[in-house]
Amino acid sequence: MSASLPAEDILVDLASVDFAYDTRPILSGINLRIPRGKLVAIMGGSGCGKTTLLRLIGGQLKPTAGKLVVAGQDMAALSRRDMYSLRRRMGMLFQFGALFTDLNVFDNVAFPLREHTDLPPDMIRDLVMMKLHAVGLRGAHKLMPAELSGGMARRVALARAVALDPMLVMYDEPFAGLDPISLAVIGQLIRRLNDALGASSIMVTHDVQESLDIVDYLYFLSAGRVVAEGTPDEIRSSTDPFVRQFVNAEIDGPLPFHFPGDDYRQTLMDRRT
Amino acid sequence: MIARILRSMGARTVDGIWRLGFASRFFLAVLMRSGTSFARFPLTISEIFSTGVLSLIIILVSGFFVGLVLGLQGYETLQRYGSSDALGILVALSLVRELGPVVAGLLFASRAGSALTAEIGLMKTTEQLKAMDMMAVDPIARVVAPRFWGGVISMPLLASLFSTMGVFGAWFIGVVFIGVDDGAFWSQMQAAVDFRYDIVNGVIKSVVFGFAVSLIAVFEGYDSAPTAEGVSRAITRTVVNSALTILALDFVLTSFMFRGNG
Repeated sequence: MSASLPAEDILVDLASVDFAYDTRPILSGINLRIPRGKLVAIMGGSGCGKTTLLRLIGGQLKPTAGKLVVAGQDMAALSRRDMYSLRRRMGMLFQFGALFTDLNVFDNVAFPLREHTDLPPDMIRDLVMMKLHAVGLRGAHKLMPAELSGGMARRVALARAVALDPMLVMYDEPFAGLDPISLAVIGQLIRRLNDALGASSIMVTHDVQESLDIVDYLYFLSAGRVVAEGTPDEIRSSTDPFVRQFVNAEIDGPLPFHFPGDDYRQTLMDRRT
Repeated sequence: MIARILRSMGARTVDGIWRLGFASRFFLAVLMRSGTSFARFPLTISEIFSTGVLSLIIILVSGFFVGLVLGLQGYETLQRYGSSDALGILVALSLVRELGPVVAGLLFASRAGSALTAEIGLMKTTEQLKAMDMMAVDPIARVVAPRFWGGVISMPLLASLFSTMGVFGAWFIGVVFIGVDDGAFWSQMQAAVDFRYDIVNGVIKSVVFGFAVSLIAVFEGYDSAPTAEGVSRAITRTVVNSALTILALDFVLTSFMFRGNG
């Protein structure tokens, strides 16, 4: 996308990135750019390598080939210390929140502030309350994670992910398992936080309709490759068969319904297999 | 057929060696990133609370009962030779040298070790460790090392409390109930138990067991498969491996420490 943008406006740049677990290829030849200040969705079916892509950008995995640059730094060449100092400017929302179960809501949001800053307790309190207020859960600051609903836990995790005002926020399936109201709330929060923080956001999801309403740009991933991309308007009017199948939730199409296997008739005839 | 058996034996051996290597590297990593555990000592103190203080009841009660049994059995044997006054020596030596460190170690493994494995394993399963890593907080330094040192510090203290309760239990049954002479019980014990050879060696054992059990517990938790089944297997491995390690190390340490002349 945005090939015309100057390099300093690109926060995350993947150029022909490959990734494989041992010999099993997960991603191949990924070209993807996230401009500063934008909210970009990476869409695709389950198991197409979306989460792996986030873990590459977060530096928890290293690409097997290709070049991955985040904020002007080549991720493959970073030392552990440099990687950690880069991660301090990243926030990540995990699929199920990944809240620390032994800490209450307040301490969960305060965790990154206490670990990485020397701020006095009063100021940490104010900052945590502001973040919790932004996600509408100031009143829940004393609750333990086990006492929260799925949607509330996701919002607390969101407050924690943006506690240090990151330049890049990554969302792994932020809508999975939420009721329609929580889903809309999270969607609006993601958009508002992105704009209010002046951050850039990457959202990995398979929720098409919700994403089309809030994002600036979409990439479609299938079988480890980028198969389509565009702005929400381009995607809505796209004639690409893959995009049509995904947006309209058709069962069969370029993405087959059946997992690859032997011939059906042969399987039934040959009872010993 | 034979080839298949050989191959699977080979694969198991290689697997075992891989795991051992991984555990050693993990141990080194824990040691090298232990700075936080001491620079921010309250982190370790709260782990001493959950591994040590919360194990107190089982350790004290078991110690007392082991002492009661030792008192009864010891008295029965000793009085056949007319030396029931030596009950204090018998009890103190068996507890301080062997039973204290070993039984306290086994109890520690099943009470605190299993809890450590479960906690770290569940943190891994629910992606808390990954989330911490993404927040640029090293999970080995922040989660694993304080728990490891908490265990290492707690274990010798628990073992000495176990022995103390055991001696008290034996005194209770021997002196209060059976009627062994009170003065003989304590004075013979005081005369026969050597500080360097008996007590220090016992403490060394409990320190070594503390290192072994804590390392096994945090390693199994950190290495567990991130599923419910994986965590439960890891807990089982912690208890089984800790017990075997304690007994094997006990034999090795004993054979180095005591040379037959007491």
